[in-house]
Amino acid sequence: MLATLPGLTENDNLPLINARPARITAPSENFKHMSQLKKSFHIKSRDFIRAGEASINIQNLLKSMDFDPSLIRRVAICGYESEMNVVMHGGDGTLSIEVDSDRLILEITDDGPGIEDIDLAMQAGYSTANDDHREMGFGAGMGLPNMKKNSDRIQVDSKKDDGTLVRMIFFIPEKGETD
Amino acid sequence: MKLSEIVDALDATLLIGEDKLDKSITRCGASDLMSDVLAAVSEDCVLLTGLTTVQVIRTAIVAGVGAVVFVRKKKPPQEVIDMAKDQGIPLISSPYSMFVSCGRLHACNLTGLDGKR
Ligand SMILES: Nc1ncnc2c1ncn2[C@@H]1O[C@H](COP(=O)(O)OP(=O)(O)OP(=O)(O)O)[C@@H](O)[C@H]1O
Ligand SMILES: [Mg+2]
Repeated sequence: MLATLPGLTENDNLPLINARPARITAPSENFKHMSQLKKSFHIKSRDFIRAGEASINIQNLLKSMDFDPSLIRRVAICGYESEMNVVMHGGDGTLSIEVDSDRLILEITDDGPGIEDIDLAMQAGYSTANDDHREMGFGAGMGLPNMKKNSDRIQVDSKKDDGTLVRMIFFIPEKGETD
Repeated sequence: MKLSEIVDALDATLLIGEDKLDKSITRCGASDLMSDVLAAVSEDCVLLTGLTTVQVIRTAIVAGVGAVVFVRKKKPPQEVIDMAKDQGIPLISSPYSMFVSCGRLHACNLTGLDGKR
């Protein structure tokens, strides 16, 4: 298992790396060469009726590949929270899942207004959601902290007026290894 | 306790999930904030909520919630019921308020999502 990856840190340490400019959506060489499968889904901003469909598709895909149920649940939760964020706060975007030999990579990008202060956005309870969002059951300011908790690595790249990228990595547990 | 006993304790109507009435449930969560449900140990729990949107069902699917109870006699729109049916998530409509629904289930020994009473 790779201990460190360029541009990514342990969740327990500083989780956010802003070294790369926003809007870079192509995976780095590291991710490319060992990729076994990648599926992408278009996410439409403000489409609350369909929000979450992509994550449920990903959940079903991972189930069909026989991954550990708790791993699938963590990925689905992160996908769903990130999808809701794009629908509520972002612009149009893409959610993708990449399956590698030892890890799953979930990545979401959107071309919306971006996040001005990422450290603040990562804090539990911080939210710019409006009453409409809260009426639908969102806007607790728990999405990003929840994504951090459920992934093994998280990277958030964003700048005001320049879109947002969130990449999460989940290591696939060895057979017999529990979490 | 069995799902059928939850329906009885709430004098509730089972909207869908006839085939799941024997399912055993030990934990209960009550929230109108989906991120709270997603952040908790919500697998196989019963979720009490006042919301009736598609996002409640998607949250239940993603988090592995065992059954959803709509409080205050609420009945979700047909597309919400269809989605839950499709995904095998039982839906229950309770005539009682959130407070009374929770109280009745607590009295039946259900714990919170964290296992505490
Ligand atoms: N894709 C995005 N584009 C722009 N802003 C974002 C994006 N994602 C998150 N944010 C900002 O970060 C804040 C915190 O996000 P987080 O997911 O933690 O909470 P929330 O979405 O407001 O509420 P919850 O996730 O509990 O429903 C948001 O309120 C928003 O201001
Ligand atoms: Mg959110």
